[in-house]
Amino acid sequence: MTMTPYLSLSIWVPIIAGVLVILFGSGENKSPLARKLALLGSLAGLVVALPLYIRFDPALATMQFAEFSPWIPAFHINYHLGIDGISMWFILLNSFTTVLVVVAGWEVIQDRPAQYLAAFLIMSGLINGVFAALDAILFYVFFEAMLIPMFIIIGVWGGPRRVFAAIKFFLYTLLGSLLMLAAFIYMFLKSGQSFEISAFQALQMPLNVQILIFMAMFMSFAVKVPMWPVHTWLPDAHVEAPTGGSVVLAAITLKIGAYGFLRFNLPIAPDAAHYLSGFMIALSLIAVVYIGLVALVQADMKKLVAYSSISHMGFVTLGFFVFNPLGIEGGLMQMISHGFVSGAMFLCIGVLYDRMHTRRIADYGGVANTMPKFAAFFMLFAMANAGLPGTSGFIGEFIVTLGALQANFWYAFFAATALIFGAAYSLWMYKRVIFGEIANEHVRELLDINHREFALLAILAVATLAMGIYPKPFTDPMHASVNKLIQQTTMKKI
Amino acid sequence: MMNAIPNIAPALPEIILLALVSVVLVVDLFLDEAQRDLTYFLSQATVLLTVLALVSMPHSAPVYTFSNMFVDDTLGRTLKVLVLLTVSIIFAYTRAYSAQREMYKGEYFSLMLFATLGMMVLISANHFLTLYLGLELLALGQYALVALQRDSARSTEAAMKYFVLGALASGLLLYGMSMMYGATGALGLQQVATALSTGTVDHQVATIGLVFIVAGLAFKLGVVPFHMWIPDVYEGAPTSMTLFIGTAPKIAGVAFFIRLLGEGLAPLASDWQQMLIVLAVLSLALGNITAIAQTNIKRMLAYSTISHMGFVLLGILAASQQGYAAASFYIATYSLMGLGAFGMILLLSRAGFEAETIDDFKGLSKRSPWFAFVMLMVMISMAGIPPSVGFFAKLSVLRAALSAGYIWLVVFAVLLSLVGAFYYLRIVKVMYMDEPEDTHPIEGEFDMRVLLSLNGIAILALGVFPQPLLALLNHAVVQSLR
Repeated sequence: MTMTPYLSLSIWVPIIAGVLVILFGSGENKSPLARKLALLGSLAGLVVALPLYIRFDPALATMQFAEFSPWIPAFHINYHLGIDGISMWFILLNSFTTVLVVVAGWEVIQDRPAQYLAAFLIMSGLINGVFAALDAILFYVFFEAMLIPMFIIIGVWGGPRRVFAAIKFFLYTLLGSLLMLAAFIYMFLKSGQSFEISAFQALQMPLNVQILIFMAMFMSFAVKVPMWPVHTWLPDAHVEAPTGGSVVLAAITLKIGAYGFLRFNLPIAPDAAHYLSGFMIALSLIAVVYIGLVALVQADMKKLVAYSSISHMGFVTLGFFVFNPLGIEGGLMQMISHGFVSGAMFLCIGVLYDRMHTRRIADYGGVANTMPKFAAFFMLFAMANAGLPGTSGFIGEFIVTLGALQANFWYAFFAATALIFGAAYSLWMYKRVIFGEIANEHVRELLDINHREFALLAILAVATLAMGIYPKPFTDPMHASVNKLIQQTTMKKI
Repeated sequence: MMNAIPNIAPALPEIILLALVSVVLVVDLFLDEAQRDLTYFLSQATVLLTVLALVSMPHSAPVYTFSNMFVDDTLGRTLKVLVLLTVSIIFAYTRAYSAQREMYKGEYFSLMLFATLGMMVLISANHFLTLYLGLELLALGQYALVALQRDSARSTEAAMKYFVLGALASGLLLYGMSMMYGATGALGLQQVATALSTGTVDHQVATIGLVFIVAGLAFKLGVVPFHMWIPDVYEGAPTSMTLFIGTAPKIAGVAFFIRLLGEGLAPLASDWQQMLIVLAVLSLALGNITAIAQTNIKRMLAYSTISHMGFVLLGILAASQQGYAAASFYIATYSLMGLGAFGMILLLSRAGFEAETIDDFKGLSKRSPWFAFVMLMVMISMAGIPPSVGFFAKLSVLRAALSAGYIWLVVFAVLLSLVGAFYYLRIVKVMYMDEPEDTHPIEGEFDMRVLLSLNGIAILALGVFPQPLLALLNHAVVQSLR
């Protein structure tokens, strides 16, 4: 059977585009060419990813668009790709976000733009690889390789403390993934020399071994999510990263951690997952409540949104570890929605930062007077961040809360507080920045958003509203895969 | 019968090399300074002809000759080809550097080639005496090479340290071998193995001998606690010599470990495994942690080498074919990375300027984006981050160690490679995130630029397609070791 290798295309098209951008676009006076090439590359990446949704068969729970060829026979490592109703969304989301990021950096990045854009394109391809890989080592290779462009993006184009943030980001992530690698090798030996994720999932292991494996993989994914208490890299990285970096971090890379839980932790070590679910839920609720409160007191807008991301991701992990379809689907919806909303929030802050070069809330006030169009968009996204019904932010939080309620009243109780804190920190920030008297001369001189920025925010606004009003096209392809996952997690593997 | 001429065919590459080195030695006597390039090309031709001789030998099962003192097998041939290619690249990398520092002399080439001959003998040795012979031929060349810059006090000091400690190590090794001879009555590796496995040998004597042998080996390879010479010699020697010491002899050293422990002393595996565990743990810890504190990049790479040797030991201590193949793969890729790293230092150096501190790499991505990328590849490969070949090197030794059941050792190694990632990352940081202090344009001969670029690309390409090299070394080990 020959079919178009859409997955390979969605991985390699952006990477090759990135290489081309660097080859032809670096050097004096070539920046316009680099930008055009990058836009073309990111659009091509999106176009080759679209068939993944259009041709996706929602009835199947198996891996679709599968590609298989031996890669390193000496280690039994295969180039095995495939997606289900879970991973498909993130490839689309990522390819979509990449286009936004390229556009967002259009005029803002003046220092070595070709390298900046190329780093994003290459990272985009690698992230698609993470979501498509069905071989553990292939997954690991993409998972790690992705760190390098991100490290350079934060470290070169970031804010004043960028170097510290970049190294912290890198080492935190590496710590987790190295332990996961050890777990992979262990399972490779136990499963009769196979690195296939499905082989790992079929592996029977006693509880104590499962717990160790679970913890090793947990270290890796918890850092990525990030869960409390290993979240401290995120505010640093977000604050120092350039706008595009923050968008990709929030919209995509955080999802990799949560995705890892679904693809690895739950099916591979289901008994350990049940055994440790109390622990996981506790960490999730701490993230929701405590980090929500931390977000409230931030003086820096980016930091505030960064903490709100952690809090929202707490919802996601909560949904996963109540082990019912509502929880998991709600978590997935929350992830997709958060991809739109947090991306949009960071873009909005980027719009302000490009004009004022400050992220401190106190430096703003009365922006609505000078930037009315911007204020309208920002309002929508702040509301979505708070979980207003009718926006995508509501769907995920609501379904997760329902799922949590099925499991335990108190889980749902604490989770629901997030709706209050979310509204509090989002809207309070909005009020201080946008409303009120014009705070200073700089605000008085602000220009409203240009066409490029308008287009960016409009696309995200449409996505946020569409998902909030009619979520069915988003949930439909998930059902089969989520049910299969639930089945796998209820199976005893001891 | 006693005077029959031994079968010289298996040693033909060594003989060719020896003959050609002698030619180089003699020809160089008649050349003046301006014609030195001829020596260079002759030396390159010598190396490449020897490679050709090795490659064109018919495939066969291991052949023993010279009364079983010498063995020709696939593993030996493969490693010899790797050594020779490394030496050839070293010649190319160091040409301009040596010429600018009055080290571009006939001795330089002949010493290097004799040391290479020593490595080849070492790789093919099947007898304690041949091992020792090869080792000393290599070591004597190295001592002299380190001291080649006669007027430099630092180099002379480094050479003295190297010589004294190296001689001590040789002494230890010889003493261990003599104990082993006392215990088994044999010097040939197979005979020693047979004697040991019969169980009639006094285990205590054999173990004491083993301790000395392992200590001697550890000295030569530079693993903790026998590592003291490494940082001083790496820092003190001219960079061209550091490049040499840090790459090719490591390959020979691993071959030496595999031959001696994996073949000759295999029956004592359970004893030497424990020793290697201690050595590996200490090397990983001390190498990685001390490297953080270094500001001199050569010294940093010296400590990094120590930690890499710890990883190599992880492969060897698995005491399995898989482990030896992993160790060989690791060392092959390590020498590629070492060539890249020291090659970059050489590239940044120029007449009257030594690039020695980490700060010399500041802002490299602004001075030359391409070579910054090459160095990035080298560094992430040393840190073991995919998609570079260093990742698969680490993966293969970790797999071998886990297969042998050393779970906690693997976890320990993995955690320390996190520490390692920090200082490699610091180089990346310096290159990409700092402003250049030195805005001098990058010099460097055309051939060196091309080779160094290929070096960087090879690290990436082997990281994406490691199968051929893995398969080659796996095959070599399976063919050669029982």
